[in-house]
Amino acid sequence: MLAKFTSFLLLGIVRLLTGAQARWHGCPPKAEQRIYFANHQSHVDLILIWAALPTELRSITRPIAAKDYWANSRFKRWLTSAVFNAIYVDRSRTKDEHGVEQDPLEPLVDALQSGDSIILFPEGTRGFAPEPQPFKAGLYNLALQFPQVVLVPTWIHNVQRVMPKGEVIPVPVLCSVTFGTPMQLEPGEERRAFLDRARLNVMALRDI
Amino acid sequence: MNQFLRALSGSQQVAALFLLVFGVLSLASAALLLVSLRERDDGTFKAAFGSDLTDLRRLLRHTWVMAAMFWLTWVLGGWFAISLFGLVAFFALREFITLSPTHRGDHRSLILAFFVVLPVQFWMAGGRHFDLFTVFIPVYVFLALPLVGALADDPHRFLERNAKMQWGIMVCVYGTSHIPALVRLEIPGYADKSAFLVFFLVLVVQTCMLVQHLAARKLKRPPRAPHISQSFNWSSWGMGMAAGGLMGGLLAGITPFKPGQALAMALIACAAGTAGHLVMKALKRDRGITNWGTEGQSITGASGLLDRVDALCFAAPIFFHSVRWFFRL
Repeated sequence: MLAKFTSFLLLGIVRLLTGAQARWHGCPPKAEQRIYFANHQSHVDLILIWAALPTELRSITRPIAAKDYWANSRFKRWLTSAVFNAIYVDRSRTKDEHGVEQDPLEPLVDALQSGDSIILFPEGTRGFAPEPQPFKAGLYNLALQFPQVVLVPTWIHNVQRVMPKGEVIPVPVLCSVTFGTPMQLEPGEERRAFLDRARLNVMALRDI
Repeated sequence: MNQFLRALSGSQQVAALFLLVFGVLSLASAALLLVSLRERDDGTFKAAFGSDLTDLRRLLRHTWVMAAMFWLTWVLGGWFAISLFGLVAFFALREFITLSPTHRGDHRSLILAFFVVLPVQFWMAGGRHFDLFTVFIPVYVFLALPLVGALADDPHRFLERNAKMQWGIMVCVYGTSHIPALVRLEIPGYADKSAFLVFFLVLVVQTCMLVQHLAARKLKRPPRAPHISQSFNWSSWGMGMAAGGLMGGLLAGITPFKPGQALAMALIACAAGTAGHLVMKALKRDRGITNWGTEGQSITGASGLLDRVDALCFAAPIFFHSVRWFFRL
Protein backbone atom coordinates (compact mmCIF):
# COMPACT_ATOMS: atom_id res chain seq x y z
CA MET A 1 0.00 0.00 0.00
CA LEU A 2 2.69 2.43 1.07
CA ALA A 3 4.87 1.24 -1.80
CA LYS A 4 2.05 1.82 -4.25
CA PHE A 5 1.45 5.31 -2.89
CA THR A 6 5.17 6.09 -3.04
CA SER A 7 5.39 4.97 -6.65
CA PHE A 8 2.38 7.12 -7.50
CA LEU A 9 3.96 10.11 -5.77
CA LEU A 10 7.34 9.54 -7.44
CA LEU A 11 5.70 9.28 -10.85
CA GLY A 12 3.92 12.58 -10.23
CA ILE A 13 7.10 14.33 -9.16
CA VAL A 14 9.12 12.95 -12.07
CA ARG A 15 6.45 13.99 -14.57
CA LEU A 16 6.25 17.49 -13.08
CA LEU A 17 10.02 17.95 -13.09
CA THR A 18 10.99 16.32 -16.37
CA GLY A 19 7.89 15.70 -18.45
CA ALA A 20 9.10 12.03 -18.51
CA GLN A 21 8.49 11.71 -22.21
CA ALA A 22 9.00 8.34 -23.89
CA ARG A 23 9.96 8.25 -27.57
CA TRP A 24 9.54 4.81 -29.08
CA HIS A 25 11.76 5.38 -32.05
CA GLY A 26 12.91 1.93 -33.17
CA CYS A 27 10.39 -0.37 -31.54
CA PRO A 28 6.90 -0.16 -30.02
CA PRO A 29 6.25 -0.66 -26.31
CA LYS A 30 5.56 -4.40 -26.26
CA ALA A 31 5.22 -7.05 -23.58
CA GLU A 32 8.13 -9.25 -24.70
CA GLN A 33 11.18 -10.07 -22.68
CA ARG A 34 13.67 -7.25 -23.14
CA ILE A 35 16.94 -5.86 -21.85
CA TYR A 36 16.88 -2.07 -21.99
CA PHE A 37 20.46 -0.74 -21.83
CA ALA A 38 21.06 2.97 -21.42
CA ASN A 39 23.56 5.73 -20.71
CA HIS A 40 23.91 6.50 -17.02
CA GLN A 41 24.39 10.01 -15.71
CA SER A 42 22.25 10.48 -12.65
CA HIS A 43 20.28 8.74 -9.92
CA VAL A 44 17.14 9.94 -11.64
CA ASP A 45 17.93 7.79 -14.72
CA LEU A 46 16.37 4.69 -13.28
CA ILE A 47 13.19 6.47 -12.22
CA LEU A 48 12.98 8.25 -15.55
CA ILE A 49 13.07 5.07 -17.67
CA TRP A 50 10.67 3.46 -15.25
CA ALA A 51 8.29 6.45 -15.55
CA ALA A 52 8.57 6.50 -19.34
CA LEU A 53 7.44 2.86 -19.63
CA PRO A 54 3.70 2.21 -19.90
CA THR A 55 2.11 0.86 -16.71
CA GLU A 56 1.71 -2.69 -18.08
CA LEU A 57 5.40 -2.91 -18.91
CA ARG A 58 6.52 -1.27 -15.69
CA SER A 59 5.30 -4.21 -13.64
CA ILE A 60 7.36 -6.76 -15.62
CA THR A 61 10.49 -4.62 -16.00
CA ARG A 62 13.05 -4.65 -13.19
CA PRO A 63 15.88 -2.12 -12.86
CA ILE A 64 19.36 -3.09 -11.73
CA ALA A 65 20.67 -1.29 -8.66
CA ALA A 66 24.18 -1.36 -7.21
CA LYS A 67 24.05 -3.17 -3.88
CA ASP A 68 26.75 -1.10 -2.20
CA TYR A 69 24.79 2.10 -2.76
CA TRP A 70 21.10 1.22 -2.93
CA ALA A 71 20.99 -1.35 -0.14
CA ASN A 72 23.15 0.43 2.45
CA SER A 73 20.30 2.03 4.36
CA ARG A 74 16.86 0.76 5.30
CA PHE A 75 15.03 3.46 3.40
CA LYS A 76 17.04 2.97 0.20
CA ARG A 77 16.59 -0.77 0.41
CA TRP A 78 12.85 -0.41 0.92
CA LEU A 79 12.59 2.10 -1.95
CA THR A 80 14.47 -0.05 -4.42
CA SER A 81 12.95 -3.39 -3.46
CA ALA A 82 9.33 -2.51 -2.61
CA VAL A 83 8.73 0.32 -5.07
CA PHE A 84 10.97 -0.51 -8.02
CA ASN A 85 11.33 -4.28 -7.52
CA ALA A 86 14.99 -3.78 -8.33
CA ILE A 87 17.63 -6.48 -8.74
CA TYR A 88 20.75 -5.89 -6.62
CA VAL A 89 24.15 -6.36 -8.16
CA ASP A 90 27.51 -6.50 -6.40
CA ARG A 91 29.94 -4.17 -8.09
CA SER A 92 32.89 -5.82 -6.36
CA ARG A 93 33.36 -9.56 -6.76
CA THR A 94 32.78 -11.22 -3.40
CA LYS A 95 33.44 -14.76 -2.27
CA ASP A 96 30.77 -16.86 -0.57
CA GLU A 97 31.35 -18.95 2.54
CA HIS A 98 32.95 -21.78 0.52
CA GLY A 99 35.50 -19.41 -0.95
CA VAL A 100 33.98 -19.66 -4.42
CA GLU A 101 33.94 -16.38 -6.30
CA GLN A 102 30.37 -15.23 -6.91
CA ASP A 103 29.23 -14.25 -10.34
CA PRO A 104 27.84 -10.71 -10.07
CA LEU A 105 25.51 -11.48 -12.98
CA GLU A 106 23.77 -14.29 -11.12
CA PRO A 107 20.78 -12.22 -9.85
CA LEU A 108 20.25 -10.93 -13.40
CA VAL A 109 20.36 -14.43 -14.82
CA ASP A 110 17.75 -15.50 -12.26
CA ALA A 111 15.48 -12.61 -13.19
CA LEU A 112 15.79 -13.27 -16.90
CA GLN A 113 15.15 -16.98 -16.39
CA SER A 114 11.91 -16.17 -14.59
CA GLY A 115 10.80 -14.10 -17.59
CA ASP A 116 11.30 -10.53 -16.38
CA SER A 117 12.63 -7.69 -18.51
CA ILE A 118 15.51 -5.69 -17.06
CA ILE A 119 16.94 -2.17 -17.23
CA LEU A 120 20.73 -2.18 -17.38
CA PHE A 121 23.33 0.58 -17.28
CA PRO A 122 26.33 -1.13 -18.92
CA GLU A 123 28.76 1.67 -17.99
CA GLY A 124 28.62 0.38 -14.44
CA THR A 125 28.72 3.84 -12.89
CA ARG A 126 27.45 7.34 -13.45
CA GLY A 127 29.58 9.43 -15.79
CA PHE A 128 30.36 13.14 -16.06
CA ALA A 129 31.16 13.31 -19.76
CA PRO A 130 28.55 13.85 -22.43
CA GLU A 131 29.52 10.53 -24.02
CA PRO A 132 29.04 7.25 -22.17
CA GLN A 133 32.11 5.37 -20.94
CA PRO A 134 33.04 2.03 -22.52
CA PHE A 135 30.48 -0.67 -21.73
CA LYS A 136 31.28 -3.46 -19.30
CA ALA A 137 31.04 -7.11 -20.24
CA GLY A 138 27.76 -7.89 -18.45
CA LEU A 139 25.60 -7.03 -21.41
CA TYR A 140 27.60 -9.35 -23.68
CA ASN A 141 27.42 -12.25 -21.25
CA LEU A 142 23.65 -11.89 -20.85
CA ALA A 143 23.15 -11.60 -24.61
CA LEU A 144 25.16 -14.78 -25.04
CA GLN A 145 23.13 -16.68 -22.43
CA PHE A 146 19.71 -15.40 -23.48
CA PRO A 147 19.66 -15.11 -27.27
CA GLN A 148 15.85 -14.91 -27.32
CA VAL A 149 15.72 -11.74 -25.18
CA VAL A 150 15.35 -8.54 -27.23
CA LEU A 151 18.12 -5.97 -26.66
CA VAL A 152 16.82 -2.39 -26.81
CA PRO A 153 19.35 0.48 -26.86
CA THR A 154 18.06 3.46 -24.89
CA TRP A 155 19.21 7.06 -24.64
CA ILE A 156 18.25 9.24 -21.71
CA HIS A 157 18.31 12.85 -22.80
CA ASN A 158 19.08 15.80 -20.53
CA VAL A 159 18.76 14.05 -17.20
CA GLN A 160 22.21 15.06 -15.99
CA ARG A 161 20.88 18.60 -15.82
CA VAL A 162 18.04 17.58 -13.50
CA MET A 163 20.37 16.32 -10.79
CA PRO A 164 24.12 16.52 -11.43
CA LYS A 165 26.36 14.21 -9.40
CA GLY A 166 26.66 15.54 -5.88
CA GLU A 167 23.38 17.47 -5.77
CA VAL A 168 20.33 16.33 -3.85
CA ILE A 169 17.52 18.65 -4.98
CA PRO A 170 16.44 18.16 -8.60
CA VAL A 171 15.55 21.10 -10.83
CA PRO A 172 12.83 21.01 -13.49
CA VAL A 173 14.24 20.41 -16.97
CA LEU A 174 12.38 18.56 -19.72
CA CYS A 175 13.85 15.11 -20.37
CA SER A 176 13.07 12.29 -22.71
CA VAL A 177 13.87 8.61 -23.06
CA THR A 178 14.44 7.37 -26.62
CA PHE A 179 14.08 3.66 -27.30
CA GLY A 180 15.97 2.55 -30.42
CA THR A 181 15.90 -0.36 -32.85
CA PRO A 182 16.57 -3.69 -31.12
CA MET A 183 19.97 -5.28 -31.80
CA GLN A 184 21.32 -8.81 -31.70
CA LEU A 185 24.55 -10.56 -30.94
CA GLU A 186 25.86 -11.66 -34.35
CA PRO A 187 27.10 -15.27 -34.60
CA GLY A 188 30.72 -15.40 -33.59
CA GLU A 189 30.91 -11.71 -32.71
CA GLU A 190 33.79 -10.74 -30.42
CA ARG A 191 32.97 -9.36 -26.98
CA ARG A 192 34.68 -5.99 -27.46
CA ALA A 193 33.20 -5.51 -30.94
CA PHE A 194 29.71 -6.23 -29.66
CA LEU A 195 30.02 -3.90 -26.68
CA ASP A 196 31.35 -1.07 -28.85
CA ARG A 197 28.53 -1.60 -31.32
CA ALA A 198 26.00 -1.50 -28.47
CA ARG A 199 27.54 1.73 -27.18
CA LEU A 200 27.39 3.30 -30.64
CA ASN A 201 23.76 2.22 -30.97
CA VAL A 202 22.95 3.98 -27.71
CA MET A 203 24.87 7.11 -28.72
CA ALA A 204 23.22 7.20 -32.15
CA LEU A 205 19.89 7.88 -30.42
CA ARG A 206 21.21 11.14 -29.03
CA ASP A 207 20.44 13.24 -32.09
CA ILE A 208 17.15 11.68 -33.14
CA MET B 1 -29.72 45.61 -25.78
CA ASN B 2 -27.25 48.11 -24.37
CA GLN B 3 -29.69 49.05 -21.60
CA PHE B 4 -30.15 45.39 -20.74
CA LEU B 5 -26.38 44.83 -20.53
CA ARG B 6 -25.89 47.85 -18.31
CA ALA B 7 -28.60 46.64 -15.95
CA LEU B 8 -26.73 43.39 -15.32
CA SER B 9 -24.42 43.09 -12.35
CA GLY B 10 -20.66 42.99 -12.88
CA SER B 11 -20.37 39.23 -12.70
CA GLN B 12 -23.38 38.74 -14.98
CA GLN B 13 -21.68 40.95 -17.54
CA VAL B 14 -18.54 38.85 -17.35
CA ALA B 15 -20.64 35.69 -17.74
CA ALA B 16 -22.34 37.16 -20.82
CA LEU B 17 -18.93 37.97 -22.24
CA PHE B 18 -17.70 34.41 -21.83
CA LEU B 19 -20.91 33.11 -23.39
CA LEU B 20 -20.18 35.31 -26.38
CA VAL B 21 -16.55 34.16 -26.62
CA PHE B 22 -17.42 30.47 -26.41
CA GLY B 23 -20.26 30.99 -28.89
CA VAL B 24 -17.89 32.52 -31.43
CA LEU B 25 -15.35 29.75 -30.82
CA SER B 26 -17.99 27.04 -31.32
CA LEU B 27 -19.09 28.65 -34.57
CA ALA B 28 -15.48 28.80 -35.76
CA SER B 29 -14.91 25.14 -34.86
CA ALA B 30 -18.12 24.07 -36.58
CA ALA B 31 -17.18 26.02 -39.71
CA LEU B 32 -13.74 24.44 -39.73
CA LEU B 33 -15.28 20.98 -39.37
CA LEU B 34 -17.55 21.60 -42.37
CA VAL B 35 -14.61 22.83 -44.44
CA SER B 36 -12.52 19.80 -43.53
CA LEU B 37 -15.42 17.51 -44.56
CA ARG B 38 -15.49 19.14 -47.97
CA GLU B 39 -11.76 18.95 -48.28
CA ARG B 40 -11.81 15.16 -48.32
CA ASP B 41 -13.49 14.68 -51.72
CA ASP B 42 -11.28 17.16 -53.52
CA GLY B 43 -7.54 16.60 -53.72
CA THR B 44 -6.69 19.99 -55.23
CA PHE B 45 -8.40 21.76 -52.35
CA LYS B 46 -6.16 20.01 -49.91
CA ALA B 47 -3.09 20.90 -51.95
CA ALA B 48 -4.07 24.57 -51.95
CA PHE B 49 -5.33 25.06 -48.41
CA GLY B 50 -4.01 22.03 -46.54
CA SER B 51 -1.25 23.78 -44.60
CA ASP B 52 -3.43 26.84 -43.94
CA LEU B 53 -6.08 24.56 -42.49
CA THR B 54 -3.62 22.85 -40.18
CA ASP B 55 -2.40 26.25 -39.04
CA LEU B 56 -5.94 27.42 -38.46
CA ARG B 57 -6.87 24.27 -36.59
CA ARG B 58 -3.87 24.66 -34.32
CA LEU B 59 -4.66 28.33 -33.72
CA LEU B 60 -8.25 27.51 -32.89
CA ARG B 61 -7.23 24.74 -30.50
CA HIS B 62 -4.91 27.10 -28.64
CA THR B 63 -7.61 29.76 -28.49
CA TRP B 64 -10.01 27.22 -26.99
CA VAL B 65 -7.49 26.23 -24.35
CA MET B 66 -6.72 29.85 -23.51
CA ALA B 67 -10.39 30.86 -23.34
CA ALA B 68 -11.19 27.85 -21.16
CA MET B 69 -8.32 28.79 -18.89
CA PHE B 70 -9.50 32.36 -18.50
CA TRP B 71 -13.02 31.13 -17.86
CA LEU B 72 -11.83 28.71 -15.16
CA THR B 73 -9.79 31.50 -13.62
CA TRP B 74 -12.82 33.70 -13.43
CA VAL B 75 -15.21 31.02 -12.14
CA LEU B 76 -12.93 29.66 -9.45
CA GLY B 77 -11.28 33.00 -8.85
CA GLY B 78 -8.77 34.18 -6.28
CA TRP B 79 -6.10 31.72 -5.27
CA PHE B 80 -7.07 29.22 -7.93
CA ALA B 81 -6.28 31.76 -10.63
CA ILE B 82 -2.98 32.53 -8.95
CA SER B 83 -2.02 28.84 -8.78
CA LEU B 84 -3.08 28.20 -12.38
CA PHE B 85 -0.89 30.98 -13.71
CA GLY B 86 1.83 29.93 -11.31
CA LEU B 87 1.76 26.52 -13.00
CA VAL B 88 1.89 28.15 -16.44
CA ALA B 89 4.94 30.15 -15.32
CA PHE B 90 6.53 26.95 -13.98
CA PHE B 91 6.06 25.10 -17.26
CA ALA B 92 7.20 28.12 -19.30
CA LEU B 93 10.36 28.49 -17.22
CA ARG B 94 11.00 24.74 -17.45
CA GLU B 95 10.80 25.05 -21.22
CA PHE B 96 13.03 28.13 -21.30
CA ILE B 97 15.70 26.47 -19.16
CA THR B 98 15.51 23.26 -21.21
CA LEU B 99 16.13 25.14 -24.43
CA SER B 100 18.85 27.44 -23.07
CA PRO B 101 21.25 24.91 -21.58
CA THR B 102 22.59 25.88 -18.19
CA HIS B 103 25.85 24.89 -16.57
CA ARG B 104 26.45 22.59 -13.62
CA GLY B 105 27.30 25.59 -11.44
CA ASP B 106 23.82 27.00 -12.01
CA HIS B 107 22.10 24.23 -10.13
CA ARG B 108 21.57 26.11 -6.86
CA SER B 109 20.44 29.25 -8.68
CA LEU B 110 17.89 27.20 -10.58
CA ILE B 111 16.56 25.68 -7.37
CA LEU B 112 16.19 29.21 -6.03
CA ALA B 113 14.38 30.34 -9.18
CA PHE B 114 11.92 27.45 -9.38
CA PHE B 115 11.17 26.75 -5.75
CA VAL B 116 11.56 30.11 -4.04
CA VAL B 117 11.26 33.02 -6.48
CA LEU B 118 8.31 31.64 -8.44
CA PRO B 119 6.06 30.77 -5.48
CA VAL B 120 6.90 33.99 -3.64
CA GLN B 121 6.13 36.12 -6.69
CA PHE B 122 2.72 34.53 -7.19
CA TRP B 123 1.96 34.59 -3.48
CA MET B 124 2.57 38.34 -3.52
CA ALA B 125 0.24 38.76 -6.48
CA GLY B 126 -2.46 36.84 -4.63
CA GLY B 127 -1.98 38.75 -1.39
CA ARG B 128 -1.96 42.14 -3.19
CA HIS B 129 1.53 43.01 -1.89
CA PHE B 130 2.02 45.03 -5.04
CA ASP B 131 4.79 47.33 -3.79
CA LEU B 132 7.19 44.44 -3.25
CA PHE B 133 5.66 42.45 -6.11
CA THR B 134 6.88 44.99 -8.67
CA VAL B 135 10.50 45.14 -7.47
CA PHE B 136 11.06 41.67 -6.03
CA ILE B 137 12.41 40.08 -9.23
CA PRO B 138 14.07 43.01 -11.04
CA VAL B 139 15.84 44.23 -7.91
CA TYR B 140 16.23 41.59 -5.21
CA VAL B 141 16.31 38.40 -7.26
CA PHE B 142 18.58 39.91 -9.89
CA LEU B 143 21.07 40.73 -7.17
CA ALA B 144 20.66 37.46 -5.29
CA LEU B 145 21.02 35.09 -8.26
CA PRO B 146 24.59 36.09 -9.19
CA LEU B 147 25.53 35.78 -5.53
CA VAL B 148 24.30 32.19 -5.40
CA GLY B 149 26.11 31.63 -8.70
CA ALA B 150 29.34 33.09 -7.31
CA LEU B 151 29.11 30.84 -4.26
CA ALA B 152 28.91 27.86 -6.64
CA ASP B 153 32.56 28.64 -7.48
CA ASP B 154 32.31 28.39 -11.26
CA PRO B 155 33.55 31.46 -13.19
CA HIS B 156 33.02 29.89 -16.61
CA ARG B 157 30.90 32.35 -18.70
CA PHE B 158 29.53 33.76 -15.46
CA LEU B 159 27.83 36.85 -16.87
CA GLU B 160 26.26 34.97 -19.75
CA ARG B 161 24.87 32.24 -17.54
CA ASN B 162 23.34 34.73 -15.15
CA ALA B 163 21.83 36.78 -17.95
CA LYS B 164 20.21 33.63 -19.29
CA MET B 165 18.57 32.76 -16.02
CA GLN B 166 17.55 36.32 -15.27
CA TRP B 167 15.88 36.58 -18.65
CA GLY B 168 14.08 33.32 -18.14
CA ILE B 169 12.78 34.50 -14.78
CA MET B 170 11.89 37.94 -16.10
CA VAL B 171 9.84 36.65 -19.01
CA CYS B 172 8.34 33.49 -17.58
CA VAL B 173 7.76 34.45 -13.95
CA TYR B 174 7.63 38.24 -13.77
CA GLY B 175 5.66 38.60 -17.01
CA THR B 176 3.06 35.92 -16.41
CA SER B 177 2.55 36.82 -12.75
CA HIS B 178 1.09 40.16 -13.86
CA ILE B 179 -1.86 38.49 -15.58
CA PRO B 180 -3.52 37.17 -12.40
CA ALA B 181 -2.29 40.29 -10.60
CA LEU B 182 -4.54 42.34 -12.88
CA VAL B 183 -7.54 40.42 -11.54
CA ARG B 184 -6.45 41.24 -7.98
CA LEU B 185 -6.36 45.00 -8.64
CA GLU B 186 -8.99 46.88 -6.62
CA ILE B 187 -10.16 49.70 -8.86
CA PRO B 188 -12.77 51.96 -7.24
CA GLY B 189 -16.24 51.38 -8.75
CA TYR B 190 -15.05 48.39 -10.76
CA ALA B 191 -15.05 45.83 -7.99
CA ASP B 192 -15.93 42.40 -9.42
CA LYS B 193 -15.11 43.19 -13.02
CA SER B 194 -11.31 43.08 -12.97
CA ALA B 195 -11.49 39.91 -15.09
CA PHE B 196 -12.51 42.22 -17.93
CA LEU B 197 -9.09 43.86 -17.77
CA VAL B 198 -7.41 40.55 -18.60
CA PHE B 199 -9.88 39.97 -21.40
CA PHE B 200 -9.27 43.50 -22.70
CA LEU B 201 -5.51 43.03 -22.62
CA VAL B 202 -5.53 39.64 -24.33
CA LEU B 203 -8.01 40.63 -27.03
CA VAL B 204 -6.33 43.93 -27.84
CA VAL B 205 -2.84 42.44 -28.03
CA GLN B 206 -4.01 39.44 -30.07
CA THR B 207 -5.84 41.72 -32.51
CA CYS B 208 -2.72 43.79 -32.97
CA MET B 209 -0.54 40.69 -33.52
CA LEU B 210 -2.99 39.13 -35.95
CA VAL B 211 -3.48 42.26 -38.07
CA GLN B 212 0.24 42.83 -38.10
CA HIS B 213 0.85 39.26 -39.22
CA LEU B 214 -1.73 39.48 -42.03
CA ALA B 215 -0.52 42.93 -43.11
CA ALA B 216 3.09 41.75 -43.27
CA ARG B 217 1.99 38.88 -45.50
CA LYS B 218 0.04 41.14 -47.87
CA LEU B 219 2.37 44.17 -47.99
CA LYS B 220 5.65 42.30 -48.45
CA ARG B 221 7.77 45.27 -47.27
CA PRO B 222 11.45 44.66 -46.56
CA PRO B 223 11.81 43.49 -42.96
CA ARG B 224 13.24 45.96 -40.44
CA ALA B 225 15.48 43.40 -38.74
CA PRO B 226 15.79 40.48 -41.18
CA HIS B 227 18.16 38.48 -38.99
CA ILE B 228 15.60 38.49 -36.19
CA SER B 229 12.26 38.45 -37.93
CA GLN B 230 11.44 38.05 -41.61
CA SER B 231 8.06 39.73 -41.18
CA PHE B 232 8.48 42.73 -38.86
CA ASN B 233 8.34 46.11 -40.60
CA TRP B 234 7.13 49.53 -39.53
CA SER B 235 4.12 49.76 -41.90
CA SER B 236 2.51 46.50 -40.83
CA TRP B 237 3.38 47.37 -37.25
CA GLY B 238 1.51 50.67 -37.64
CA MET B 239 -1.51 48.84 -39.03
CA GLY B 240 -1.46 46.37 -36.17
CA MET B 241 -1.22 49.21 -33.65
CA ALA B 242 -4.13 51.02 -35.32
CA ALA B 243 -6.29 47.88 -35.25
CA GLY B 244 -5.37 47.13 -31.63
CA GLY B 245 -6.05 50.73 -30.59
CA LEU B 246 -9.38 50.75 -32.40
CA MET B 247 -10.36 47.49 -30.75
CA GLY B 248 -9.41 49.01 -27.39
CA GLY B 249 -11.53 52.10 -28.04
CA LEU B 250 -14.52 49.93 -28.98
CA LEU B 251 -14.11 47.81 -25.85
CA ALA B 252 -14.06 50.89 -23.58
CA GLY B 253 -17.49 49.87 -22.24
CA ILE B 254 -16.11 46.84 -20.42
CA THR B 255 -13.16 48.72 -18.90
CA PRO B 256 -13.05 51.39 -16.21
CA PHE B 257 -11.77 53.83 -18.87
CA LYS B 258 -13.39 56.40 -21.15
CA PRO B 259 -12.99 55.60 -24.91
CA GLY B 260 -9.99 57.90 -25.39
CA GLN B 261 -8.27 56.47 -22.33
CA ALA B 262 -9.04 52.92 -23.40
CA LEU B 263 -7.49 53.67 -26.79
CA ALA B 264 -4.33 54.99 -25.15
CA MET B 265 -4.16 51.95 -22.83
CA ALA B 266 -4.65 49.62 -25.79
CA LEU B 267 -1.82 51.33 -27.68
CA ILE B 268 0.51 50.92 -24.70
CA ALA B 269 -0.39 47.23 -24.42
CA CYS B 270 0.04 46.66 -28.17
CA ALA B 271 3.41 48.41 -28.31
CA ALA B 272 4.64 46.31 -25.40
CA GLY B 273 3.16 43.14 -26.89
CA THR B 274 4.84 43.51 -30.28
CA ALA B 275 8.09 44.43 -28.56
CA GLY B 276 7.79 41.23 -26.52
CA HIS B 277 7.18 39.17 -29.61
CA LEU B 278 10.22 40.64 -31.35
CA VAL B 279 12.51 40.25 -28.35
CA MET B 280 11.46 36.65 -27.82
CA LYS B 281 12.13 36.03 -31.49
CA ALA B 282 15.64 37.38 -31.02
CA LEU B 283 16.11 35.02 -28.07
CA LYS B 284 14.95 32.11 -30.21
CA ARG B 285 17.33 33.10 -33.03
CA ASP B 286 20.16 33.20 -30.52
CA ARG B 287 19.31 29.61 -29.57
CA GLY B 288 19.09 28.71 -33.27
CA ILE B 289 15.47 27.58 -33.10
CA THR B 290 12.41 28.89 -34.94
CA ASN B 291 9.90 27.91 -32.30
CA TRP B 292 10.27 27.15 -28.62
CA GLY B 293 8.49 23.86 -29.22
CA THR B 294 8.67 22.31 -32.67
CA GLU B 295 5.24 20.71 -32.36
CA GLY B 296 6.13 17.42 -30.76
CA GLN B 297 9.34 16.92 -32.71
CA SER B 298 11.74 18.32 -30.19
CA ILE B 299 13.88 15.80 -28.34
CA THR B 300 12.92 17.16 -24.98
CA GLY B 301 9.19 17.41 -25.49
CA ALA B 302 8.98 21.18 -25.18
CA SER B 303 5.49 22.01 -26.35
CA GLY B 304 5.85 25.65 -27.35
CA LEU B 305 4.12 27.19 -24.34
CA LEU B 306 6.51 30.12 -24.60
CA ASP B 307 5.33 30.87 -28.14
CA ARG B 308 1.82 31.31 -26.77
CA VAL B 309 2.71 33.74 -24.02
CA ASP B 310 5.57 35.78 -25.50
CA ALA B 311 3.56 38.91 -26.36
CA LEU B 312 1.65 38.83 -23.06
CA CYS B 313 4.87 38.49 -21.05
CA PHE B 314 5.81 42.02 -22.05
CA ALA B 315 2.33 43.48 -22.34
CA ALA B 316 1.03 42.35 -18.94
CA PRO B 317 3.56 44.10 -16.66
CA ILE B 318 3.47 47.34 -18.62
CA PHE B 319 -0.31 47.35 -18.80
CA PHE B 320 -0.52 46.53 -15.10
CA HIS B 321 1.74 49.40 -14.11
CA SER B 322 -0.06 51.81 -16.45
CA VAL B 323 -3.38 50.94 -14.81
CA ARG B 324 -1.95 51.32 -11.32
CA TRP B 325 -0.33 54.61 -12.20
CA PHE B 326 -3.50 55.89 -13.88
CA PHE B 327 -5.74 55.16 -10.88
CA ARG B 328 -2.97 56.08 -8.38
CA LEU B 329 -3.48 52.72 -6.67
